[in-house]
Amino acid sequence: MRKQRLMIFAVLITLTISACAKKQPPIARPMPPPPVSDTTGGGVPPPPPQPVSEPVVVPPEPIAEDAIAGKSLDDLNRDSPLKPLFFALDSSDVDADGQRVLQENAAIMKKYPAWQITIEGHCDERGTAEYNLALGERRALAAKNYLVSLGVPADKVKTVSYGKEFPFDPGHDDNAWTKNRRAHFVITAK
Amino acid sequence: MTRAVHITLLSALVAGASVVAIGQQPGQPAPQQPPKQPTTVELPPLTGESGGTPPRLAVPDLLALSNDKETQDAARVIAQVLWDDFNFEREFYMIPRDTYKTIPPAGSIDTVPYDRWRELGADVVIIGTVQRASNGVRVEMRLYDVKARQSRFGREYTGSVANPRLYAHTMADEVHQSQVNLRGVARTKIAFVSDRNREPVAATVEKRDVKEVYIADYDGVNARRITINRNLNINPNWSPDGRSIVYTSYRSGVPDILISNIYAGTMENPSKGVGQNFLPVFSPDGTRIAFMSTRDGNSEIYVMNRDGSDIRRLTNNPAIDSTPTWSPTGTQIAFTSERTGSPQVYTINVDGSGMRRVSQESYADRATWSPAPFNEIAFAARTGPGFDIKILNIASGETRQITFGEGTNESPAWAPNGRHLAFMSTRQGRSQIFVVDRDGRNLRQITRDGNNTTPNWSQ
Repeated sequence: MRKQRLMIFAVLITLTISACAKKQPPIARPMPPPPVSDTTGGGVPPPPPQPVSEPVVVPPEPIAEDAIAGKSLDDLNRDSPLKPLFFALDSSDVDADGQRVLQENAAIMKKYPAWQITIEGHCDERGTAEYNLALGERRALAAKNYLVSLGVPADKVKTVSYGKEFPFDPGHDDNAWTKNRRAHFVITAK
Repeated sequence: MTRAVHITLLSALVAGASVVAIGQQPGQPAPQQPPKQPTTVELPPLTGESGGTPPRLAVPDLLALSNDKETQDAARVIAQVLWDDFNFEREFYMIPRDTYKTIPPAGSIDTVPYDRWRELGADVVIIGTVQRASNGVRVEMRLYDVKARQSRFGREYTGSVANPRLYAHTMADEVHQSQVNLRGVARTKIAFVSDRNREPVAATVEKRDVKEVYIADYDGVNARRITINRNLNINPNWSPDGRSIVYTSYRSGVPDILISNIYAGTMENPSKGVGQNFLPVFSPDGTRIAFMSTRDGNSEIYVMNRDGSDIRRLTNNPAIDSTPTWSPTGTQIAFTSERTGSPQVYTINVDGSGMRRVSQESYADRATWSPAPFNEIAFAARTGPGFDIKILNIASGETRQITFGEGTNESPAWAPNGRHLAFMSTRQGRSQIFVVDRDGRNLRQITRDGNNTTPNWSQ
């Protein structure tokens, strides 16, 4: 019984090998017709066509800007992309450094057109408390006007003067005064 | 000028004394017309022993007629405050209180040891008693003429024992008025701005402390906060009736004018958020407010009615115009302008005519116009790294200086009698309120807690 089975197996193998080895001429055959989709229902829907594509190269994400977009207002203002500009004593003139700062600020604001900002005008302690209110307003307005001249919509920018009420540096020397004579940018909505 | 000086004799211990509110102080004890006997006796005008010198005044502790601690404390406090109040106006030579500790208190208000006071060199002495009454205390005080051995003036007050200083302030004002025809300032108050609460401003990531408006007695005692909006509140200015304070508030995020009616607990916003508005000051009659606004694009001076109606613009110049103050008659306004390149004080008629520059400084601001009879404008002038207080005599055009380079000295404000100024000085380090006489003497610091700025003296 066992011998018989082995024998049959060997014969089958021999037959198969001989069939493969035999050279046969190619025979042209018609392609089967494409399957007709059966819209009347009942048929099985065909598989969708295989999509053909290459992977798309994605440029690296602008990490810094994404961080800006994702930050809360408070976090934004804590490390603001909008830099302050500084003024000379008793002056509200925007100097070359200030213009550069405002150009950078304007570029950022155009990138984030939804932002609303307030420019705070600040003064050092060497003017009087009262007059500094007007001077601080001047400084904030000077910064705003320059931004607007660069194409930032005027209605995106508010100004407020704090005179010398809220110094950034509480010191009483040149270093502190320089920091305190400024137009300071606050993002109020985004 | 002749002056009749009357002796008002208190009818002895008349029962049923009533309480009347003092001035603008609801809830506080009040000057009350004392029961009077229509007996008046002519005494010569009050002078010092040698004539021409100030009368020498002694103010021993009042006699406590009740044994409780409050009454005993009040007896001592009233005398000390009286001494301080008289010392402040310099109409009397004040004999130091420790030199008459040994003089026994009068057993009653009518048994004055005249010889002992004469020995001390006193011309006048104030003797008084404090006694528990049904609803607080009864305070009786008389000014005795030591030489004539007579009472020149007497008052009896009743009210709460909570603030005994008020009895002293009231007596001091009444004695000054009746004896030397002086309007004293003992019951006036000073408004100022302070960050003493150290509360952070909300809605900013910066480290900023709120500044609120406070009021205190003229000597700095009894400071009370009157704004609670946890933002920046500056430039307080009293209404002439002492019931309201107008100030610049950033409550809404931008500077605007608010009026706090401090005894009614209500607020008004006359400028109604139109533009940005700063530095409001009540006219002498209280019906109008002058202020600075940038509503038309530049800092200009405006005047409006107290309710915000009838707004008129007084200045029209591309320079900064700021910091208005009224003349005592309400017909002119002094203000600061930098139209010649640096901030200077100008005056202008309220109809906008007659503008002229009155200061010749490198930088001058916060003009404040003295009440009559003086015709002076005080201001802060840059004198070096900081500012000093100067006073311009408008008639003569002469300017004198009353502070001299100790710290910076700013924001002068006249007392209603024109004899004193309050101002901010950094001479002790932080910003504090000081008062000084118009001749630069008698400097006193009246705030110590936190930073305190922009004083304004009630009328």
